[in-house]
Amino acid sequence: MGCGDGTLLKMLKDKGVKARGIDIDQKNIVKCLEKGLSVVQGDIDEGLSDYPNQSYDYVILNQTVQSTQNPDYVIKEMLRVGRKIVVSFPNFAFYKVRFYLLFKGKMPKSKILPFEWFNTPNIHLLTIKDFFQFAKDNNFTIEKKICMNKAKVKKGFLYKIFDNFFCEEVIFLCSN
Amino acid sequence: MIVETKYYTINENIELESGKSLNNIQVAYETYGKLNDKADNAILLLHALTGDAHAAGYHEGETRPGWWNDMVGENKAFDTNKYFVICSNMLGGCKGTTGPNSINPETGVEYGLSFPVITISDVVRVQKKLIDYLGVKKLTVAGGSMGGMQALQWALDYKKMVNRVIVIASTHKLSTQSIAFNAVGRNAILQDPNFQGGNYYHSKKPDKGLSIARMVGHITYLCQEAMQNKFDRRFQDKNTPSFDFGIDFEVESYLAHQGQVFVDRFDANSYLYITKAVDYFDIAKKYGSLESAFKDTEAKYLVISFSSDWLFPPSQSKELCKALMHNKKDVSYCEIESPCGHDAFLLEYETQTKIIKSFLRSE
Repeated sequence: MGCGDGTLLKMLKDKGVKARGIDIDQKNIVKCLEKGLSVVQGDIDEGLSDYPNQSYDYVILNQTVQSTQNPDYVIKEMLRVGRKIVVSFPNFAFYKVRFYLLFKGKMPKSKILPFEWFNTPNIHLLTIKDFFQFAKDNNFTIEKKICMNKAKVKKGFLYKIFDNFFCEEVIFLCSN
Repeated sequence: MIVETKYYTINENIELESGKSLNNIQVAYETYGKLNDKADNAILLLHALTGDAHAAGYHEGETRPGWWNDMVGENKAFDTNKYFVICSNMLGGCKGTTGPNSINPETGVEYGLSFPVITISDVVRVQKKLIDYLGVKKLTVAGGSMGGMQALQWALDYKKMVNRVIVIASTHKLSTQSIAFNAVGRNAILQDPNFQGGNYYHSKKPDKGLSIARMVGHITYLCQEAMQNKFDRRFQDKNTPSFDFGIDFEVESYLAHQGQVFVDRFDANSYLYITKAVDYFDIAKKYGSLESAFKDTEAKYLVISFSSDWLFPPSQSKELCKALMHNKKDVSYCEIESPCGHDAFLLEYETQTKIIKSFLRSE
């Protein structure tokens, strides 16, 4: 969902996955089609009413939840359509983000948060802790959590115990 | 590319949805490119309301190319180096395929209104005869507007043969508003004093009615923004009003011109029959529901709509996609941003070329 130019979708397809993408941007739709992917133009904020209950094994929301209008609705829709869902996002409680705000006193910017406060699509930034709370409040299960730093998976002790402090990005695998 | 229209006569009785039948139907068609040995590289192009078999290239001595020349040819969206591209004039038309202006072999005079009312299914049934005659085994179908309706009908009626369906600026059923506009067009023709119950082939034709029908049509092919951009409120060849009921505005002149040139190339009876077929088209009604209709189809779908098209609005294309996705069909959908209204499907060829080329290439 919010598949962009289809890079991830293409990797999945090459692995033999039967996959379809959704994106709101016509240019991305064209790029996906050029990669030979099945893709449907649509606004994920409007929900997934085109998709029957539990019709997909996995629904993936890759680095997009923070830019949706209604993240809670979007995630609920994903859980309705998919047996499992994958949600990834930049962790706003990452220590560098905290220090940026603390010491610079400005809205944090980084490689994965490159925008200015006035033009950022990231209108619903969140932290790892927030997501755990959200799962609890909405009664879904977090099956797996993967911490990432500089686009690499991190497994060390610090990342396990102080994930909300040391993880730059996080990937959650969840189910109902 | 010099091309010519060819003709094929179906030497059997074709049963129609209305229960009537037609004998010795002649089909006008053109082909571009070559059919491969497996006979699986064919693409059938399906024309819109007033189109014809001449989709691409030039007829000998002509300066105007076919109606989809931007999209059909070497290295174009429908690449004639790779594909065997076919286009035929539809049943009921007036461009070489049997229609109300053809001579009824039983009476020796034009059919006129004795021509049976046809449906999109009938149109497709006739096309199938041509496709079989050409030796095609596997087929991609593609069309815009009414052509898209035919493409969908193909997918429903010939599930084994059709492997790709491209539906552009089209719908599974015409909106009420669009039926209303068609009704105005038909009324203009029927009320023309020259119409004479459709028997006008040897006297004055109902040109006024037909041109008004075409004027209404052209309003629906544009949109508010397109009209504004194209004509604004400019006067035609002057700066002040004439204070009479002649043509003042550019938009009036445009419509009058479109109406005039249309009567020279189209038959009023065909306009009645074809718009009726379009109005009747309603997949959900025929098959119970849109979902159940597409259940056993085997094709891969590409649906394209245009943001400013209110005649065949994107919302209807989305409805179609929804039904296809509910059936777990392989479907891709793109809504192309365009200020051109329904006409966009013939104008916005650059984006369409990228999309269609990729879709045809994909497995």
